[in-house]
Amino acid sequence: MTGMNWEKAAGNGLLNRRHLLQLGLTGLGAAGANAAFGQDAGAILQIPEWSRMPGANASAYGERSRYAGDLRRMAGTPDPIYPGGGASRSPLQFLQGTITPNALHFERHHAGIPDIDPAGHTLVINGLVRQPLAFSYENLLKYPMVSRINFLECSGNSGALLRGGNADGTAQSLHGLLSCAEWTGVPLSTLLDEAGVLPEARWVAAVGADAASMGRSVPIEKALDDVLVALYQNGEPIRPGQGYPMRLFCPGWEGNISVKWLTQLKLMREPAQFRDETSKYTDTMPDRSSLQFTFPMGVKSLITSPSGRMNLPRPGIFQVTGVAWSGHGAIRRVEVSADGGATWAEAEMQAEPGDKALARFTIPWEWSGGPAVLQSRATDSAGNVQPVRDEVLAARGTISFYHNNCIQSWGVDNGGAISNVYV
Amino acid sequence: MSMSSVAARPGKVLALILLAAWMAPAGSQEARIQLGTPIDEDQLSGFDLIAAPDGSGMPTGAGTARQGRSVYELNCLRCHAVNGEGVSGNTVIAGGDMRSEESPLRTVGSYWPHASTLFDFIRRAMPADAPKTLSDDEVYQVTAYVLFLNGIVGEDESINSETLTAIAMPNGDGFVDQSHLH
Repeated sequence: MTGMNWEKAAGNGLLNRRHLLQLGLTGLGAAGANAAFGQDAGAILQIPEWSRMPGANASAYGERSRYAGDLRRMAGTPDPIYPGGGASRSPLQFLQGTITPNALHFERHHAGIPDIDPAGHTLVINGLVRQPLAFSYENLLKYPMVSRINFLECSGNSGALLRGGNADGTAQSLHGLLSCAEWTGVPLSTLLDEAGVLPEARWVAAVGADAASMGRSVPIEKALDDVLVALYQNGEPIRPGQGYPMRLFCPGWEGNISVKWLTQLKLMREPAQFRDETSKYTDTMPDRSSLQFTFPMGVKSLITSPSGRMNLPRPGIFQVTGVAWSGHGAIRRVEVSADGGATWAEAEMQAEPGDKALARFTIPWEWSGGPAVLQSRATDSAGNVQPVRDEVLAARGTISFYHNNCIQSWGVDNGGAISNVYV
Repeated sequence: MSMSSVAARPGKVLALILLAAWMAPAGSQEARIQLGTPIDEDQLSGFDLIAAPDGSGMPTGAGTARQGRSVYELNCLRCHAVNGEGVSGNTVIAGGDMRSEESPLRTVGSYWPHASTLFDFIRRAMPADAPKTLSDDEVYQVTAYVLFLNGIVGEDESINSETLTAIAMPNGDGFVDQSHLH
C-alpha cells in the first residue's frame, strides 16, 4: 500500500471514504487475524487439512466457530439486596453489520427474568376502553404481524461518561446497553382498536409480569402510531431475557418503556406515575427541576473499532467502523475525526440507514504512529447533530445521568494503545 | 382442490367458516381478526395493581406509621435501614434536599412527586425478595411509615386512598413533563 496516492479527507490521516472499496481491509475485530496472507505474502499455499476429510454433521442448534472468539455479554455481579436487578452489555466492539444476535442483545432487568409458561400468561387491556379484553398468547399469534428493524438503547447507556473516569472502558462496558434487532409482532393499535379506546384516554399504562410488575406510561399518540406487542426477535420467539412471551416495543424510545413480559395495558387520562417514571428514568437539571417523560433517544454514534483497550499493532491503514442511531428518525450522515474534533471527514454508510435503526459506518484511516483522538459525530434525518460532552454537561449538568448521547473520544497513544479520553 | 374434496373433510370446512367469521367486516370495509375475550373490570381486582395519583386503583384499607413500624422492621429494614438511610445508593428512602449545594440526595421525601407512587410501588414490587406478600393494609401502613420517616405525615395519621392522594409531596412541583415534545 505504500507509495499509493491516498486522498486525504481530514487531518491526522483520515482518508477519503471511497478508498474503502480498494482497500478490502478488516477492522480490528475479534477474529481480526489475517495470518495466511498478512504475515508472509510469499508463502506457497496448500490444500488445508479440513479439506481432506468430511466435516461434522448438520446440527439441531448452531454454535459459533471455536476459532471465532468467545463473544459474550458483560453481566454485572448479582446484588443480594437487588435480587434479579442488573444489566448485561452487548460486545459492540466485536460485532459487525447492524443486527445484534439474540444471545448477545443487552438486558436490563428490575427483578430478574421470570420463567413464563405462555399457557398461563394473559395480556389484559382495560381502563378507558369500550370493552376490556383479555388475550391469550395463542390467540395473539393468529393476528397479522409486522416486522421492524429497530435499535433498543437503555436510557442509562453511556451515563457513566458524564461522571468522568473509565479510562479502561471499552465500547461494551461504556456503551453496551445498545442493540438492534428485527422485532415482529402485532401493532398495538390493532389491539387497542379492538378494545375501543375512549376519547378521554390519553395514556397507556403498560405493566410487565416480572416480580417487580414493572410499569411505564406511554402517550396515546405513540401507542397508536408505531408501537408493537412484539412476539418475535430476529425470527425466533422473543427470549426470556427480552420479555418472553411478549413485550411492548416502542421504536426509538428509551429501552425501559418497551415493557417486557407485557401483561397489562390500561388506558388512562393521566400517566400512572410509576416508580420507574418518577424516581427513576428522570433527569435533574442544574436548576434542580427534573425532566420527566423524556422518551426518544438522541442522535448518537460510536466508533466500535478501533476502540477502548484495543491496540494498533503498527502504523498503517485501518478501517475505522462504528454504529450510529437516532430515536428521531434515520441517520443522515456520520463524520469522523482523528484529531479530537479539529477536522472531520464524512464516513461511508454501509447500507441505506433505516428509521430508528442502527446504521454502520466506515472510513479508512492511516495511523502515522503518533497520538490521535478518534471521534464520530452523527446527524439524523430531523437535522439533530450529536453533541460533544461539554455541550451535554453545560445543558444537563452533572446530576443528570440518563440520555447521554455525547460524542465518544478514543485516544490513541504513541504505542497504539487505545483508551477512553475526554477532550 | 375440488369442492367434493373439501366437502369430504368437515374439519377443514369448519376452519374455513371460522376464518370467514374473523374476516367479516365489522361495521366497515376493513377485514379484522378479533380474538380478545371480553372481561369485566371486577375480574381484575386482584390483577390490576395500578394505584394512580387520582386515587383510581387504590384499594380500601388504611394504616398509620405507628402500625407500619413493625411491618417495616420485619420486611424493609434489612435494605432500607432503621431510619430509611439505606445500605446503598438505591436503598436510601428518607432525607435529602433538592436545594442542597452538593449533588442532592434524591429520596421519597426529597424527590418523589406523588405519594401514590409509594403505595403503587410497594404493593407491586416490595419487598424485593418477596414482592406482593404484604396485605393492602400493610402496604398502607408501610407507606405511612416511609412518609413519617420523611417528616411528611404524623405518626398516627391514617393513610388511606383519600388521605394519601391528598398529600402534597415536597418536590411535587419539581418535574417538567417532556411528553409533549415528541
